[in-house]
This record gives sequence, structure tokens and C-alpha cells, in this order.
Amino acid sequence: MSWFVRTFGSTLGRKLLMALTGIFLILFLVVHLAGNLQLLIPDGGKSFNIYAETMGNNTFIQIVSKVNFALILLHIIVAIILTRYNSKARPVSYENFNGNANSTWSSRNMGVLGSVIFIFIAIHLSNFWWVFKYGEVPTTTLENGTAVKNYYAVVNEGFSQLWIVGIYVLSMVFLAFHLAHGFQSAFQTLGLNHKKYTPAIKAVGKWFAILVPIGFAIIPIYMYFNNIS
Amino acid sequence: MNLTLKVWRQKNQNDKGKMETYQVSDISPDMSFLEMMDVLNEQLIKEDIEPVHFDHDCREGICGMCSMHINGRPHGPQQAVTTCQLHMRSFKDGDTITIEPWRAGAFPVVKDLVVDRTSFDRIIQAGGYVSVNTGGVPDANEIPIPKSVADEAFNSATCIGCGACVAACKNASAMLFTSAKIAQLAMLPQGKTEAKTRAEKMVAQMDAEGFGACTNTGACSAECPKEISLENIARMNREYFSAKAKSENTDM
Ligand code: HEM
Ligand code: SF4
Ligand code: FES
Repeated sequence: MSWFVRTFGSTLGRKLLMALTGIFLILFLVVHLAGNLQLLIPDGGKSFNIYAETMGNNTFIQIVSKVNFALILLHIIVAIILTRYNSKARPVSYENFNGNANSTWSSRNMGVLGSVIFIFIAIHLSNFWWVFKYGEVPTTTLENGTAVKNYYAVVNEGFSQLWIVGIYVLSMVFLAFHLAHGFQSAFQTLGLNHKKYTPAIKAVGKWFAILVPIGFAIIPIYMYFNNIS
Repeated sequence: MNLTLKVWRQKNQNDKGKMETYQVSDISPDMSFLEMMDVLNEQLIKEDIEPVHFDHDCREGICGMCSMHINGRPHGPQQAVTTCQLHMRSFKDGDTITIEPWRAGAFPVVKDLVVDRTSFDRIIQAGGYVSVNTGGVPDANEIPIPKSVADEAFNSATCIGCGACVAACKNASAMLFTSAKIAQLAMLPQGKTEAKTRAEKMVAQMDAEGFGACTNTGACSAECPKEISLENIARMNREYFSAKAKSENTDM
């Protein structure tokens, strides 16, 4: 085995992979949310359709999107390896283990939280991404006469169903708890723990974990009520 | 005070072990937890039952020998104390107290509450020292070290190797213990020379012993009797990653 493989096979090396992929996913969430908030613009989906069409035709974005898929996969694979490795480190468990006395629930359940997020990602991709790419999407004509797929209509149709809205909103709660621990944890893993900066990282992490999932959750809720009114 | 104790009993390494329930009465709130265990053991000896084996030595919070996972927490309910410094006034009359050994694959139970912590010794042996050539004693203050650095290194050096960090961690990770030594020596001029190889070797040994990885839950530091901070782990990570990137060592 080369030193490189051995480094990333060590406990610290695996943690480094978790932190780097985690931070990339955090950045992805920001971009993804910024794009999706256009669904709230009351223009019958015009802005969102132009945005989705542009993203779909942009080579750079398409490469980033492939990288994103690869890194989510890496995050998940290393998460599974680490979670299994860690549970093996304590072959006999305690009769009485009071974790709440010394740590947060989310920090002890990143694997559970991540698994729910994974299921959500699968549902989410099959709902929209798969349909956009391979399904039958109605077309709409832009003002300049070009016909584009009406992505907005697909999303709108999805979010007119209460159970789908429910799944999305609930999943964001799990994402919030994953981020509540994960955001600041990633910086600690990278070795960034400093009297000046750590309080700021923790504060930003807390607000990020609250605001970003709320931002995502608002979209299905808004569209659902928009549809019934 | 009258108490119900649920204690882990295990004959030897191969025995499966189980919890046993005992009653103790007339316990003074001023007793330390270990003194209460002594009372239990005297009572067991009189009843012709084998006394409960547990580790202890200094009984003043400096040796790190006393272990015991009490009511779900290493060293019991108090912050920043060892079991020998825990007093019975932290409990109420009529309480049921569960007492278990540290649980970690790398800390196998020897008997009852005694666990084998030599895995910690092997981590230190892998690099937790400064190599010196014998010779004359260096003059005092020959190497200038700023007070703030000396203080921080001293804080890391206060680790007593008790293993509460491992016991508290959901992953049975030894990162806090290992990082305290790596950080202490990396901060001081005497230790800097070997900082890279030290970080590489100690982390490799920690992994080889089967301790888990870190999830940054912070349980270790919260339960550490010496309040070793998480900054040590961050420093170890920096030392390790930069050692891996820069050291000439290709076979680790
Ligand atoms: C948008 C989605 C996600 C984001 C933004 C995200 C972000 C993060 C971050 C920042 C960390 C902290 C890394 C560290 O401690 O150094 C983390 C840890 C973790 N993530 Fe995720 N994650 C996501 C999805 C997932 C998924 C789908 C899983 C599936 C299994 C998962 C499982 C885990 C686990 C188990 C840890 C803790 C690893 C450990 O230290 O023991 N995450 N995540
Ligand atoms: S870091 Fe704290 S809990 Fe861990 S061995 Fe040292 S003194 Fe004990
Ligand atoms: S017996 Fe020495 S620290 Fe408790």
C-alpha cells in the first residue's frame, strides 16, 4: 500500500475526507437553494425555467454536477466505513450510557441523520432530476420564441401533493440536525480550532443549520398553498 | 445512606460477565466513591463472596488508575473529577447506582471493573517522548519558551492517562489522549524536532490498537477529569496532515 492510500485509510484520513466532502456539500446547498428560490417568483415559472435550462446546457455546471454526485457518494461510502469501524471499537456496550450528559444527540447520530438524508436524496432525484432528464416534460415557449421544457410545471405538480410536501419538510428537519453538528465539526476536523474564529464558526454553523433547511422547506409549502388558493 | 449497587462482575478475560446487585447501608456522604466500594468489599468478604476488583492507586486524582463507569458516565456525575475524588454526597439516599468497567475493544476487561489500558502505553511508546542524548544537564532557561506556550503545553501535559475520554466516546476513540501528548510536545522547542514522525507513529499505533475515529461529539473533553480541551485534537489533526504531506516517510 502506498503512503497515500494508507493516509486516507487511517482514522484521521477518513475524517479528512468526511470534512472536505461535507464542506463541498454545504457549498452545494447554498447554490442549490439560491437557484431553487426562483420557484417563489410569481411569474408562472419563467425565471426558474430559464435558470434550469441554462444550467442544463452549461458544460461547466454539468461537470460540477457530476463532481457533486461523486462527492456525495464518497461522503456516504466513507460515512458507512467509519460508522461500522466505530461501532466495532466497542464490542461490548454499556448497560447504562448517558450520552446526553456530555454530547448533543445529533453529534451521536450523524449516521442515522445521514441515512434519512440519503433516502430523501433518492426520492428527490427520482421526483425531479430523473423526470427532467428522462421523463416526459411538457414544453413552454419563452418570450423570444424558443421552446423549453416546463420544469416549473413538473415541480408544481409534485408539490400539489400533500404527502410529497410532508416528506420534503420532514427531511429538512433531519438535514438541519445533520448540519447543526456537521458544519462546525468539519472545521474542527480540518484542525481549525482557534479562540478567535471558532465562536464565529459555531455561530455561522448554527444559523446555517436553521436558515438553509427553512429556505428549502418554504418552497414546497408555498407552492402547495399557492396551488389550493 | 442506603444504596443499591449494580456492579459488573466478570471472573476473567474469557468470562462473559454480568451485572450483580448488592445493598450497602450506613454510607457516609463524606466518603469517597472508592471508600464506599471498600465498605462493599468488606461486606462481601464477610459474606464469603469474592470482593469486587477495581483499579486505584493515589486516591487523590493524579495517577489516573481509578476508572469505573458510574450511572452511565465515566467517573460518575461530577465534572472534572476522578472516581476517587467523587464523594457520596453526589448521590441520594435510596439511589440505585450502576457501576461498569470502561468499555472499549482496546481496553479488554481483566476482571470485574479492572481493564487493561496498556494500549495507551503502546501509543506513548510509539512516539510520545523526546529523544535526548545523555550528557550534562542543560542550564535552566537555556531554551527560552514564552510563558503562554509553556502554560498551554502544561495544560496538555496534565492528562493522567485515565481513559475516561475513550470510555465516554460513542466510538471508543482515543483521540483526546493521543492528541494531548502530540500537542504538548509539538508546542515545545524540545519536542518540535520529532513532531512529524511522532504524529505519524502515534496515530498509526492508536489505529492499530483498534480505537475508533473521532466524530467531534466532545464527550471526551466534557468527561475528562483534567479538562483537556478539543483544541488538542484540532492541533493533532494539523500536525498529522502536515506530517503526511511533508514528511519523507513513505512507509507509514
Ligand atoms: C446535503 C447533504 C449533506 C451534507 C451537507 C453533509 C455534511 C456533513 C458535514 C459537514 C459533516 C461533518 C464532517 C466532519 O465531522 O468533519 C458530515 C458528517 C457526516 N455525514 Fe454528512 N452531509 C450530507 C449528507 C450525508 C449523507 C447522505 C450521509 C449518509 C450516510 C451522511 C453521513 C454522515 C456521517 C455518518 C457523518 C459523521 C461521520 C463521523 O465523523 O463519524 N451525510 N456531513
Ligand atoms: S485526556 Fe483526559 S480523559 Fe483522556 S486519558 Fe487524559 S486525563 Fe483521562
Ligand atoms: S486513584 Fe489515582 S486518580 Fe483516582
